[in-house]
Amino acid sequence: MLEVQGLSVSYGAVEALKSVTFSARPGAITAILGANGAGKTTLLRTISGLVKPRAGAVRFAGEKLLGRAVEDIARRGVSHVPEGRGVISELTVEDNLRLATLWCMARRERQKAIEATFELFPRLRDFRRRHASTLSGGERQMLVLGRALISRPKLLLLDEPSLGLAPLVTAQLMALLRDHTQGTDLTVVLVEQNARSALSVSQDAVVLNLGEVVVSDEAAVIAADSGLRHHYLGF
Amino acid sequence: MSPPGTSRSWGDRAPWVRGLRLPTQPLVRHLLLALCGAGLLYAITSSLSPYNDFEVGEIALYVIALAGLSLLTGSNGQISLGHGAFMAVGAYSAALLMTHTHLNFLIELVAAIGAAGLLGLVIGIPATRLKGPYLAGLTLLLALALPPIADKWSSTFGGDQGLTTTTPSAPGTINPEEWLAWIQIIGALITLVLLANLLRSRFGRSFRAVRDDEIAASLAGIHVARTKVIAFVISAACAGLAGAFLGLSTGVVNTGEFPLTLSIQLLAAMVLGGTGTLMGMWWGAILLVYLPQWSTSLSGDFSLGSGASAYLATIIFGVVLIVVMIAAPTGIQGGLRWAWRRLWSLRPGTGDGMSKISRPA
Amino acid sequence: MSLFVNVTLNGIANGMIFAALALALVLVFRATRIVNFAQGAMGMMTTFIASSLLGRGVGYWWAFLAVLVIGFVLGALVERVLIRPLQGKSELNPVIVTIGLLVVLEGIAGTIYGNSSRGFPAAYSQSGLTLGHTKIAFSHFDVFILVAVLVLMTATLVLFRATSLGLRMRASAFAGEISRLLGVRVGLLLTLGWALAGVAGSLSGLLVAPTSSFGPYYMDLVLVYAFTAAVIGGLESPVGALIGGLITGLSISYVGGYLGSGLQPLGALVLLMVALMARPEGIFARPPARRV
Repeated sequence: MLEVQGLSVSYGAVEALKSVTFSARPGAITAILGANGAGKTTLLRTISGLVKPRAGAVRFAGEKLLGRAVEDIARRGVSHVPEGRGVISELTVEDNLRLATLWCMARRERQKAIEATFELFPRLRDFRRRHASTLSGGERQMLVLGRALISRPKLLLLDEPSLGLAPLVTAQLMALLRDHTQGTDLTVVLVEQNARSALSVSQDAVVLNLGEVVVSDEAAVIAADSGLRHHYLGF
Repeated sequence: MSPPGTSRSWGDRAPWVRGLRLPTQPLVRHLLLALCGAGLLYAITSSLSPYNDFEVGEIALYVIALAGLSLLTGSNGQISLGHGAFMAVGAYSAALLMTHTHLNFLIELVAAIGAAGLLGLVIGIPATRLKGPYLAGLTLLLALALPPIADKWSSTFGGDQGLTTTTPSAPGTINPEEWLAWIQIIGALITLVLLANLLRSRFGRSFRAVRDDEIAASLAGIHVARTKVIAFVISAACAGLAGAFLGLSTGVVNTGEFPLTLSIQLLAAMVLGGTGTLMGMWWGAILLVYLPQWSTSLSGDFSLGSGASAYLATIIFGVVLIVVMIAAPTGIQGGLRWAWRRLWSLRPGTGDGMSKISRPA
Repeated sequence: MSLFVNVTLNGIANGMIFAALALALVLVFRATRIVNFAQGAMGMMTTFIASSLLGRGVGYWWAFLAVLVIGFVLGALVERVLIRPLQGKSELNPVIVTIGLLVVLEGIAGTIYGNSSRGFPAAYSQSGLTLGHTKIAFSHFDVFILVAVLVLMTATLVLFRATSLGLRMRASAFAGEISRLLGVRVGLLLTLGWALAGVAGSLSGLLVAPTSSFGPYYMDLVLVYAFTAAVIGGLESPVGALIGGLITGLSISYVGGYLGSGLQPLGALVLLMVALMARPEGIFARPPARRV
């Protein structure tokens, strides 16, 4: 269970987040929605430790996350797939995956985990020894998702995974996400500009506008509120 | 010689300044400041002993080299670890002419400036494509590569003994040391006025634009490579003049005067004085001239060996570089400006003093 | 003809030494995007310590080992204390700080060890080997240089390509933020990069010492030659450091053999200028990756 309370972040004089409070429950996907500049990316970066907030608290599974180093937060089972995906182009596909296993698995386990990832994303198996720079957008998304999941995280933060992807690929991605989350104790926080596809797959949703929480409720409720949708989500 | 961009309106200045009605045109202001400086320095030199006059002259000549370096690094963003080489070229050019010809003294100085400027052109052209560490490495290698040439052709360049220099004789009853110091001081004041005007002009704006963002500058119509080369040539020319003056001070020019440590000491002095400033270079020059003496007495206090004082000076220069870069990158002049601005905004009647405190440049 | 052979062999031996120091520069640049101009002086400092140890009767190989370890520690220390605080600030700052460190180390060495001309013994005989009936300009010590640097290079490549530690170091250098998000302790690995560079620098200091004047400034020229080598090979490639080292070593040797030793730094300057004009990113540059 992820609990964010009163989180405020400023970049110099610009307030990116103003006292944001919400929570995300395990076994569910919580969508973070809003226009560009609403603060969605900043929110994820603060949770994973890349950005230091001015005020507020972030707790996951009862433990305080704020103030810890980025790699320590990652080692607590928090996987953040950042904006822009973050494929390490200079490494091979397999090395990208292996890198994520180094802190939590012994050698034998690692190879098994890598093979399991290729089961999940068969396309990647063909590219395993190729440099990640040769992958297309959809393949990169698969790679970073596989990389995020390989360490069996408890909290998954996804920043605009559908960016630059064809609608069909996006739909497949969202379906995979939903299948992976339901019935598990994985908490997923999904930041998306494409609110429609995000709402179709999430259980809960938080709408941000200019750094503030506008509404935080079940996804179905928000999707049904056409006034809200038009005003903040563009559909 | 304050950096552009910080000029304030007359209303913000102190009442006594407004009362004086200082002219606002840069050239006139600079000339007036130079005249005041000349007057101050005259008072100083006439009351000091000949040896101290000699030192004041040395300070002045280093100001010339440092001002050029400050323009290159501070205003134009190019680093040079090889300015000792440009000084050497200036010194040797002047010394060669003095030894073999009877040309007018000023012509010999112009030759020194020209030769150093030419080398500046040779290095400055490839330098336009180089970023920080690459340029640093190139100029470092320059500083190491040039002196051995003089050793190799020792018949021309005087070998270990070097070439002797001749200062024009002092008129009337003036001390030769005072006369030489005045030659160097006038050179420094002229250089400072010229550079100050340059930095205030369109050229100065081009320098700074290229330093801050080359792409933006070229989009604004500035010829980036040409600007960088011009900065390099001017900087090298200043070092050449300083080198010629150094040759006059020491009386002889040989390769031992221009080791790698000279270039690094110039860098340290510039950084301490305040990178990008001109007046700050007086502080740096004072450091350069007096540090060897201070470190000699320091090594005496610690009763270190005889050669140790030079090494001690080297340690201090290195520490200056590190500490200033980490703790106070704007140097002494930058610190003074910041303190002045802070004091100014805290005076009563200016409203909320806190809101006027600006960050150091 | 035999001059050519001897000059070539000399160039290879020197080139290997430049390659070792160039490798140090590459390791540091890959980790922290900084050219450590004090790398040679750090090697000088550790070699002076070796000289002290030898003076106290420590066996050569123990001193050798001790100095490599001290180089490791010194490298880590410099990264933590001097370089870490500067990360993210302007490009000029780290350059100037490493120059300051260069000068401080030379000053300290000069103050402690003074001007007393001291030599440094070579690990092996420095007289030329005999091939058939002729003596060539390649001694037992030169063979040792060749072997030592090749071992260093091989160990580095094996570390980077075949170990998980190497994978972490590469990832930290290529994509620090992403690596942190994957649980990699990037800070520690950057320090390790500097520490390994310290070892390479110490090795080069030890290898140069016997043939040099062995004063506080003896590594200055080696540093700029190594810089030239690293630039030729590409500041991010260990293999490039080796190739660049050989190219630089050979070029300098030919200049010295045919034009005179005083012109060697000038030769290096010309070589560096050509390299920077023709292919500034080096022979083994990574192609810029598609960043999406």
